[in-house]
Amino acid sequence: MTAVAVPRGRSARRRRPARPGGLSRVSGLGLGVAMLWFSLLVLIPLLAVVVTAADGGWETFRAALTNEQTAAAIRLTVGMALLVTAINVVMGTLIAWVLVRDRFVGKRVLEVLIDIPFALPTIVAGLVLLSLYGNDSPVGVNVANTRGAVFLAFLFVTLPFVVRTVQPVLAELDRDAEEAAASLGASRFTTFRRIVLPALTPAIAAGAALSFARAVSEYGALVLLSGNLPFKTEVTSVRILSSIENDNLTSAAAVATILLAISLAVIVTLDVVQRRIARRG
Amino acid sequence: MKNRLRTAVALGAASLLAVSACGSNDDGAGASDDETISIVGFAVPEAANKAIAEEWATTDEGEGVEFKTSYGASGDQSRAVESGLDADYVHFSVASDVTRLVDAGLVADTWDDGPTKGIVSSSVVVFAVREGNPEGIETWDDLIRPGIEIVTPNPASSGAARWNALAAWGQVIKGGGSEADAQAYLTSFFNNVVALPGSGRDATTAFLGGTGDVLMAYENEAILAHQNGEEFDYIIPDTTMLIENPAAVLEDATPKAQEWLDFVLSEDGQRQFALTGFRPVIDGVEYGEVEGANDPANPYPDVPNLLTVETDFGTWDELSDKFFDEETGIVTQIIAASGKGE
Repeated sequence: MTAVAVPRGRSARRRRPARPGGLSRVSGLGLGVAMLWFSLLVLIPLLAVVVTAADGGWETFRAALTNEQTAAAIRLTVGMALLVTAINVVMGTLIAWVLVRDRFVGKRVLEVLIDIPFALPTIVAGLVLLSLYGNDSPVGVNVANTRGAVFLAFLFVTLPFVVRTVQPVLAELDRDAEEAAASLGASRFTTFRRIVLPALTPAIAAGAALSFARAVSEYGALVLLSGNLPFKTEVTSVRILSSIENDNLTSAAAVATILLAISLAVIVTLDVVQRRIARRG
Repeated sequence: MKNRLRTAVALGAASLLAVSACGSNDDGAGASDDETISIVGFAVPEAANKAIAEEWATTDEGEGVEFKTSYGASGDQSRAVESGLDADYVHFSVASDVTRLVDAGLVADTWDDGPTKGIVSSSVVVFAVREGNPEGIETWDDLIRPGIEIVTPNPASSGAARWNALAAWGQVIKGGGSEADAQAYLTSFFNNVVALPGSGRDATTAFLGGTGDVLMAYENEAILAHQNGEEFDYIIPDTTMLIENPAAVLEDATPKAQEWLDFVLSEDGQRQFALTGFRPVIDGVEYGEVEGANDPANPYPDVPNLLTVETDFGTWDELSDKFFDEETGIVTQIIAASGKGE
């Protein structure tokens, strides 16, 4: 898939008349609008967070990181987000596969239901989780006020990401290559590993990045079930809220900046891994 | 799942209605700006304020006055006003949310000079327990028995939750204990805490969802929840904390806002507070029966030992530093220690 798409992109670029400025007027305008939009919505607010954090100097960062309770919350949040992302990579791809390749009764319903975690306000998701997996659980699973609650809440809200990024790519995937591989004697697993997986990797990586980012920032879905117990189930968002309640905005921004840096590192790592795997295919 | 979906749909529809109701409020304000009062407050007194507004509308001063309202978490609302949210009248859970606006130059520092010292509604800290009180929880000492599971909002992230921690501390001192005794009590208390939800509302939801044996709550919330059909009991301990909710008129508010505040503090205004669960802040208010109270005919029994911020803790500034400072606060450290113990 990528092997086909890339040359086509190149030839299209070559056909365009080269101008001294490098960009045509229309694409220049497009870039301008995109940058303005992006700046207003993302860059400037992010910068404001970092600037607020920097107000306190390194001292604030040091204080935030050496506060054991905050450090524990960051470890829990990032660790749990990584775990949940890893599970999503497997389960999300599996669900996408089932949705694209298999025919079964109720497929359309499942297709719609996948998006429920997107559509529900997270606090409603929290209520659902509390009534299903809390002390009064009708299914006999009680994870209230344990790390299981954080894990479940993260899993719930991040489920759609990998499914939704992988699904369209899988649907477009040309089956000729798979059939060719099979006719040349490759086992189904080899075919999957050498033919299908490399094509899916960019989509899986994109879904994984989204899923990780969403998990790291989640608050609403777990707040009712996790109990916010320090060193046990308290996530970073709660620490940030505590700082805000104490009118300590620099500390809140410092913790947020640390979280941003970690997320950025994870997303970049995912991208590097993705490129390596895609190239190997 | 189907039920859940239905709930979700209903919630969605309700919030849409709420939004459109706010919208029509704005459109309906055909009168000049002087006749519109913006109320910004914490979530709980919404029902009372609405009832008071209806009552006020039948008087000469209040006739034809429109309201714009915004309700949410006390600290968040206070910070929103500080950073520019339009408000004429603010009603918060704790005094420090008003003093934040005094510091920002938005509220005159004479706001608490009145006969009620700026307080417009009050309540007390109570224990909410499961129906029939199966654990037999009556006193503060019962709370720290082994195996009792306590739910309290998190004093770190919820300003209003600080009343609970203060009550737990103050009752030890009131009973003749030293600060070391109080510290020991709070340590046992937080060791029994199984959930520290972010706000009072979340804590109530978690408790009603089956978490814990006892919820640290406020009398007014318990009464209001009963009025809304929730089923649990509440116990008023012999020693407890008086919760005082302040309100203030902003410096550049419409003159009507002061008249509104005066009406809120009048017998008619306080009656509406009493009917929705708050203890009146003036004497001699006739409110008849209060549905949802333990004893509707005598809804607000006298508490033998009532702790107040002024007599037992000094000022909010002092107690915030002493108990809730992010690094050195006594309660902050006890909560952190309780987490490491396990």
